Amino acid sequence: MSESTTIWVIIVAMGLGSFGLRFLFLGVIGDRQMPEWVLRHLRYTAVAVLPGLVAPLVLWPAATEGQPDPARLAAAAVTLGVGYITKNVLAAIFGGAATLFLGLYFL
Amino acid sequence: MASYWDRSTFWRGFRDGLPFVLVVGPFGMLFGVVATEAGLPLVQVMSFSIVVIAGAAQFTALQLMADNAPTIVVIASALAVNLRMAMYSASMTTHLGPLPVWRRALVAYSLVDQSYALSVMEYEKRPEMTLAQKTSYFAGVIAPVLPNWYLATLVGALVGQSIPDSFALDFAVPITFLAMIGPMLRTKAHVAAAVVSVVCALLFAFLPWNLGLIVAGIAGMMTGAFVELRTENKDMA
Repeated sequence: MSESTTIWVIIVAMGLGSFGLRFLFLGVIGDRQMPEWVLRHLRYTAVAVLPGLVAPLVLWPAATEGQPDPARLAAAAVTLGVGYITKNVLAAIFGGAATLFLGLYFL
Repeated sequence: MASYWDRSTFWRGFRDGLPFVLVVGPFGMLFGVVATEAGLPLVQVMSFSIVVIAGAAQFTALQLMADNAPTIVVIASALAVNLRMAMYSASMTTHLGPLPVWRRALVAYSLVDQSYALSVMEYEKRPEMTLAQKTSYFAGVIAPVLPNWYLATLVGALVGQSIPDSFALDFAVPITFLAMIGPMLRTKAHVAAAVVSVVCALLFAFLPWNLGLIVAGIAGMMTGAFVELRTENKDMA
């Protein structure tokens, strides 16, 4: 197989696979009623996945070769705090970004 | 035919999705630059972003291809990074499951971290939303995000230069995710789920193929369900 063909195989397989994962439940279950205990778990999907996704990025940023960085830690804390208190995503983003830039210049 | 269009809800979703252009822009550009530097022709770089639309998985694939990993390893590892999408799919089914199958397929195609998280937040905040409103909100969120993902990849591939490191855009992704997590912490059960997720993700970070995140996700969901059940029982007692 030529290198180009191999890359096409990877692209197509990843495309089908990613779509398959995204469609798995939406497609198969659709309108069918799920049991209450499943629904109870699914209510926490977002809050169970996103924090785990960001935690390593916050603690061990690639930009500092995995060394914890005070400016990024402060920015993360402010973003989370502002979001929690104001319930406003945009305010949290701006608060966090401002903290990051202040931190990078002054820390 | 049923209508799934609710104009004002679409535009509310659009407005909420707009700030995320700032994240997908640099991220997509970076992919365009790195993939082009790795020797991929433009048509393949663009196909990646259009067919796969998953930044982290795309970068994983590139990295492994550069390391000359066997094709099957490249595919399996990159898909493992995307396993969380199956969880998002299950969660979205509770809201958008009644849609016709081709609409569910469109939702599935555009199910990414941002569209999932923003939509679920909105659905929980306004439980009275109709199916048409939920669908329109999702479409609204994705409308500014997806085209910019394609466009940013193209610009990165053509210009060959990303945004300088001094802008610290590496941290745009964590900040926007954290900004969504804050408002999600509505109850004790949500907080407990988030804390367990963080602890597990860090403890299991050593696992290959990003599986630590799947462990964290499952543990977090179980924690949330458990605390919710306990709180309910206490209220009834």
